[in-house]
Amino acid sequence: MSSIEERVQKIIVEQLGVKPEDVKSEASFVEDLGADSLDTVELVMALEEEFETEIPDEEAEKISTVQAAVDYIKAHS
Amino acid sequence: MSEERKVALVTGATRGIGRAIAEQLADAGLFVVGTATSEKGAATIAEYLGERGTGVVMDVADDASVADTVKHIGEAHGAPLVLVNNAGITRDNIMLRMKADEWADVINTNLNSLYRVSKACLKGMTKARWGRIINISSVVGTMGNAGQANYAAAKGGVEGFTRALARELGSRNITVNAVAPGFIQTDMTDALPEAQREALLSGIPLGRLGAPAEVASAVNWLASDGGGYVTGTTVHVNGGMFTG
Repeated sequence: MSSIEERVQKIIVEQLGVKPEDVKSEASFVEDLGADSLDTVELVMALEEEFETEIPDEEAEKISTVQAAVDYIKAHS
Repeated sequence: MSEERKVALVTGATRGIGRAIAEQLADAGLFVVGTATSEKGAATIAEYLGERGTGVVMDVADDASVADTVKHIGEAHGAPLVLVNNAGITRDNIMLRMKADEWADVINTNLNSLYRVSKACLKGMTKARWGRIINISSVVGTMGNAGQANYAAAKGGVEGFTRALARELGSRNITVNAVAPGFIQTDMTDALPEAQREALLSGIPLGRLGAPAEVASAVNWLASDGGGYVTGTTVHVNGGMFTG
């Protein structure tokens, strides 16, 4: 079973079409990984699916970096 | 039941233009979910659609009703990839007599509903990388009409919403268009006084009211693969009474 970090990284690579080595924990989706606002919403949708959880809009807006995504999943799984 | 079959959601499908749209989309091979505000209306829709769809109770003016119903449709039939925002009401009055609730009800049902229903359907369309949103406007949204400041404001808003959303969602292969009927033979136009009706006809080059099916065929085209390069526009179906 992959770690949460690895699963999050895989989703980000798939959704944003970036290289795995660019998905550093401090990377911002918009500033560093070239996501637009629709991409970030889709990323959250993919995380919801992978981790079988529902992320409320006000929480989703705060998930702007790789670390924030990992932290959110860890806190809610 | 084919996995490939797309689900269409048509609001306000009990009668008139909504019913004609639901029937034509079903004829085109979509599984159509039509909404009504009453159990009786939902049963009417289920009856005329038969195997090709179903009717559900949903109040487009109510946040919870929309969220719950769209979720339920997704679970029962699949996420709607074609959405026709058709449900609408009129509360005509001259401005000097218009009550605050006549204004608010029309804006809420005819315009705020687009925010609710479209938003609820967008996740599914985004995921599918395919979607069609078709908003039923009115010629009154561009021409105006005395006694319908509330309705005209809502319909003008519908067309602005359509243009903005088309730009927002183009990259996800979701098209957003409006269809603006002129005067169509429905319960809504049957309620017009005879004198007003005569005056109306004199302003329509084709000299007659339109049929609901003539509006539905424009919607059906926009929903089809053939309509896939059209987005952000308003298709006028009005017998020539307004020509831009």
